[in-house]
Amino acid sequence: MSHTYHRRTSSTVIFLGLLLAFTITVTFLSEGMGAGVISTSFVKTLGKTLCLALVAISMDLVWGYAGILSLGHFAFFGLGGYMIGMWLMYERTREVVVTSLADAPIPPTPQEVSDAIANRIFGVVGSADFPMIWAFADSLLAQLMLVVLVPGVLAGVFGWLAFRSRVAGVYLSILTQAMTLALSLYLFQNDNGLRGNNGLSGLQNLPGLTDVPQALVSVWFLWGAALALGLGYLLAVWVVSGKFGSVLRGIRDDETRVRFLGYPVETYKLVLFTGTACMAGIAGALYYPQAGIINPAELAPIASIYLAVWVAIGGRGRLYGAVIGAAFVSLVSSWFTGGQAPDVPLGFYTIKWVDWWLVVLGLSFVLVTLLAPKGIGGLFDLLERRVAPDRHGADLGPDQGSLREEESRE
Amino acid sequence: MKNLLMAALALVMSCAFARAQDAPMQAILQEQSALIMENSRRTIAPAIAAVSDSGLPEAQDVLQAWQAKNLWQRRADGLFFRATKAEGKTYTLYDFDTHQPAGTVPASDLEQIKPNSGIRALIGSALVQFQLQDPDPKRRLAALTSVQRNPSADALAPLRKSIPDENDPSILALKLRLERLLTIAHDPDEAQRIKAVSEMSGDLGVDVRATLNPLLATRLAVFAGPPPATLNIAKTLVPGASIEVVQAYDMLVKADLAPELVTDAQLYAALVEHVSDGTVGGIATHQLDDPQMRQRAYAALAAAGTVRTAPDVERIAQTLEAHSFVEVYLEPSSDVTDAVSKALDTIAVTVGANQAMDLLLDGLSLASIYFLAAIGLAITFGVMGVINMAHGEFIMMGAYTGYMVQQVIPNHTASILVAIPLAFAVTFAAGVIMERLVIRWLYNRPLETLLATFGVSIALQQIAKNIFGTQARPLTSPAWLDGAWVINDVVSISYIRIAIFVLAVFFLGVYLFIMRRTRLGLETRAVTQNPRMASSMGINLNKVNMLTFGLGSGIAGVAGVAIGLFAKVTSELGSDYIVQSFMTVVVGGVGNIWGTLAGAAMVGFLQKGIEWFNPSNTLAAQTFMIVFIIIFIQFRPRGIIALKGRAAGD
Repeated sequence: MSHTYHRRTSSTVIFLGLLLAFTITVTFLSEGMGAGVISTSFVKTLGKTLCLALVAISMDLVWGYAGILSLGHFAFFGLGGYMIGMWLMYERTREVVVTSLADAPIPPTPQEVSDAIANRIFGVVGSADFPMIWAFADSLLAQLMLVVLVPGVLAGVFGWLAFRSRVAGVYLSILTQAMTLALSLYLFQNDNGLRGNNGLSGLQNLPGLTDVPQALVSVWFLWGAALALGLGYLLAVWVVSGKFGSVLRGIRDDETRVRFLGYPVETYKLVLFTGTACMAGIAGALYYPQAGIINPAELAPIASIYLAVWVAIGGRGRLYGAVIGAAFVSLVSSWFTGGQAPDVPLGFYTIKWVDWWLVVLGLSFVLVTLLAPKGIGGLFDLLERRVAPDRHGADLGPDQGSLREEESRE
Repeated sequence: MKNLLMAALALVMSCAFARAQDAPMQAILQEQSALIMENSRRTIAPAIAAVSDSGLPEAQDVLQAWQAKNLWQRRADGLFFRATKAEGKTYTLYDFDTHQPAGTVPASDLEQIKPNSGIRALIGSALVQFQLQDPDPKRRLAALTSVQRNPSADALAPLRKSIPDENDPSILALKLRLERLLTIAHDPDEAQRIKAVSEMSGDLGVDVRATLNPLLATRLAVFAGPPPATLNIAKTLVPGASIEVVQAYDMLVKADLAPELVTDAQLYAALVEHVSDGTVGGIATHQLDDPQMRQRAYAALAAAGTVRTAPDVERIAQTLEAHSFVEVYLEPSSDVTDAVSKALDTIAVTVGANQAMDLLLDGLSLASIYFLAAIGLAITFGVMGVINMAHGEFIMMGAYTGYMVQQVIPNHTASILVAIPLAFAVTFAAGVIMERLVIRWLYNRPLETLLATFGVSIALQQIAKNIFGTQARPLTSPAWLDGAWVINDVVSISYIRIAIFVLAVFFLGVYLFIMRRTRLGLETRAVTQNPRMASSMGINLNKVNMLTFGLGSGIAGVAGVAIGLFAKVTSELGSDYIVQSFMTVVVGGVGNIWGTLAGAAMVGFLQKGIEWFNPSNTLAAQTFMIVFIIIFIQFRPRGIIALKGRAAGD
């Protein structure tokens, strides 16, 4: 056991060290605070990637450690973004409105200010009233709490309903996907109070900090994202290394057996599902102010599936694998789809990566699933010469795909 | 000068009278000559009546010529002719009575009668009676249609007159129906109208409702004290309950029964106008961010006489109290409005019943679409337990196959007949390839099957986008599938949807036949129940899995052709259906075709039912449906029809 503990801590220390080094390097190379080698937009991309890594960790916890393939965690991520976006948009619009009304001969009443804000925000969907759900939009503290509460409560209710009726495996995946679809369809409606498919925009402008250049704001958000990722990673390591983590792995490998041993399986799953949803919400709240805009398309079921793809390619069941997968796949994706990758002329046909990247991603995903279930993280096993025993094609344990024997040796 | 003209006219008329015996129509025209030439909407009616009531066979001819501006007067003798343009600036004249040409004369010798649109409309309604009795049924029908489009009181009498002589039964039916509707709308006799209303109550036709509804039109009216008893009052309105206080007060203002309110904008403008030295009405401007302070400042201004006084709340309440607000029917007779609202109620019940019927048909057709989309899944997921996220893309491949076939075979009927087996073949092959390359390595890892097939799905979708572009491709259905089976004005169903229903039933039969009557079905069921045992009985697992998966995929392809017929074919066609298809299978109960059928019925009817509550918002319908299904799964986690015992697999 001591060996295991040492190895885990060492990987955590290495990860945190790398994260710190990365943050310091980017800070000193950024436009806002250093040499200006890295452009502000790329600093934002890196900051967003850190947020994606955080949501990937939450996905890895539910999927890699507890075996719940949730296709809804990116929806929780988006909900967090919506919650913080409401405050950002409200406060920012309020500033603009108050400034424009300041020159009037008679000061505006609170009602007039509120009407003017509502008109500016909801004019685009043909409404001029604040919907109920914006009741707390004027309070940063309340919206920050909602960032955690809304995804948490949704996940809690959904998880409670699903786990208590013993929906598991692929059924649960399909059900979470349906939940995500319902949520995104709901958000697409214009009369839902969240501006329909226009989404919330202008989130990069921080209220009260209009004079601060974006170059500096981007570095702040990079720090915030790095801090959140570091803390999230530590939390995740703490969760999976204790007894709680052992039970989770037990549930993943054989749920029934864990239940017969007397553990309240549903409670464990629910706590994990809800907790990771909150984590995803926080990641989203840090992501969307950097992205500047959030709309319902961000929450579509496909996004949650991509999240699973990142974790699978990075290597599930190990936390740094999720981080590597999210960072690698999202950065490579944006490189290919951003039109920076050079075209490949074949003579009869020119491969444009903008068109063909998704095909490559899809097929490489199939190949990773088939040939390298451990993902990129498996490379570290090769480095450490940890070789899984050759079982001549038989299962690793009683349940499909479990790593039980390997782990019991540890 | 005027006298001279009159003398000339008298001379001309006496000339004309001389010919009256052998030219009756010309005689009538001469009699009305003054009116005709005056050409005024107000005075022309007797002239038109004289012609149309003459009983002469030529009357229709004259009126038509008149209406078409082909009626000309010869300046020399004042006689009227129909004229057509000949060479140059000359016109050929035709006599109305003899129908013979009466010479060709230069335009300068003639005067054209140019009736304005008002007169032409009068002539038109006079013409209706002739057209309604025209020997040509097509013309009669055309006249009826024009009356139907523009039901006027004038048409009622000629229509009634034409009914006894009508010999075409279908036109007679139309005429009778139209006569009833015109009676309701325009008959001066109240008893007749009420009788007609009660006869037509319960009729589903849109035209009946279009005739009845205007009779219930109301206007808002306000009276000091109680309303006069002579009015036909629909409803008494109570301010604050059945009418907004602001609206009620506005009515009073409009009727000059109360002083105007001061709106917030007016109040603001008045305050801004009277700011002096940073105060308004004795109140400092920085305090005016409170509505009450604003009111007080305005009151101070009003007291000083600089602005008009705003009516206060108490005064408004008193004024409202003193007046009565009513909705008054435009139709004066209360018997008629009562009969009409009763008839409309009866119609509403019938329409409601028929709408329910229509909704049922809609739900049925949506259910068959979902069933068709899900039946392939019922095989791959339900029987084999393989999650195939690329199922939607197989549907899309089927639809694109149909599109490609139509590019080669222009005949729509033949192309669809070719496309269905071809789509089956293409997606069968794709399914077999995918099973061999990907799925068979993952039979024990369902979650990873989900992910791997999802990879295939995004790759296929992007490939389709690269080949066919993002724009929608049409898959045209054969002409005999165009149109709809119309049962009445409310209930109808398009033939395509019937065809899809038939196709769904057909594939249900195919599935049952294959699973229950063929070797493949037997082996599939054996493999599903216990693969190892089946294998030791000599069943080739690889072959059975491959064929079963191919069959499921092939049916998805056929579903694609069917779906493509009514939806636009795009690369995202499949992903629109994939979640609903999985829902259908999960809700119905995995591993049982009847469950899938029940699931499709539930999902289809549910969606249509929810859409009915809010027809403009299909997104909301889908959202609520998914939420409902998530809740439903709580109570029946294994679906509507759950397998029991060993077959359930645990």
